[in-house]
Amino acid sequence: MTEPQWLDEDAGPIVRPYALTGGRTRSSGDDFDLISIVTAVEGRRADEGPLGPEQRRILAIAREPMSVADIASEIDLPLGVVRVLLGDLHDHELISVRPPAQVAPLPSERILKEVINGLRAL
Amino acid sequence: MAYAPSEEPVALKILVAGGFGVGKTTLVGAISEIRPLRTEEVLSDRGVGVDDVDGVEGKTTTTVAMDFGRITIREGLVVYLFGTPGQERFWFMWDELSYGALGAVVLADTRRLTDCFPSIDYFEQRGTPFIVAVNCFDDADKHEPDDVRVALDLDPDVPVLLCDVRRRASAKVVLVTLVEHALKTLTAAQRK
Repeated sequence: MTEPQWLDEDAGPIVRPYALTGGRTRSSGDDFDLISIVTAVEGRRADEGPLGPEQRRILAIAREPMSVADIASEIDLPLGVVRVLLGDLHDHELISVRPPAQVAPLPSERILKEVINGLRAL
Repeated sequence: MAYAPSEEPVALKILVAGGFGVGKTTLVGAISEIRPLRTEEVLSDRGVGVDDVDGVEGKTTTTVAMDFGRITIREGLVVYLFGTPGQERFWFMWDELSYGALGAVVLADTRRLTDCFPSIDYFEQRGTPFIVAVNCFDDADKHEPDDVRVALDLDPDVPVLLCDVRRRASAKVVLVTLVEHALKTLTAAQRK
């Protein structure tokens, strides 16, 4: 017989999300766009600084360039929380963050034509 | 010598907007691998008068779920789809979502056409390229795109098309139409 379960997943997280950030809801990561590309900085060791397990997971995920939205979805934490964690990692220079390409108003014609052809080929 | 194309990964953002229950989730799911994305928003003054917090005054955050899909065109070129939360109380998220967006699909249901007015107003004001895709529900009367255009008082250059968001082929046409429209907007802007 299995141990009686006090809580299942439907009950939501046992730890409130912002407990992971020490209660902080703001950080230098606030401005990271959903599709900003995060990359773990090579050669920096993840055990530098007081990192939590979530931040180590982010570093592991971001070994390949990864968007902020992908990271939040992957580690299943709310965006606001992920931004705070990313802000810390950025402050420790453990990640590089590149804003989306098209912020200067739109991406190039070449890219858009490639997208159109790619979508048609799906 | 031609400038070598950048090998930096490129990420593009497309928004899917429209009223509640119009098929945003279905559209994102028909064309991409849909994944959950949660936001834990800090309740601020923006929620005052909107969010009823009587009895839960200690509640400072609220969870919003978004539809989030990814289409990999090729290595290093990815299109992200974000379903915008339909209810107006989540409008504070729209500015972030639409920042730097390539364009938006406004999904419309002819039985409740007014539901998409706020989205259209929003994208018109922000100058975000958008198209209107009329999701053809089985029990809704069929309307011609031009009738919808008139009813929504759209600019003549805004594409309007009928679609069935459950079908992948139809969802593809919707996205291609949007990117073509964004491309047209881009080249028109460059000519100025």
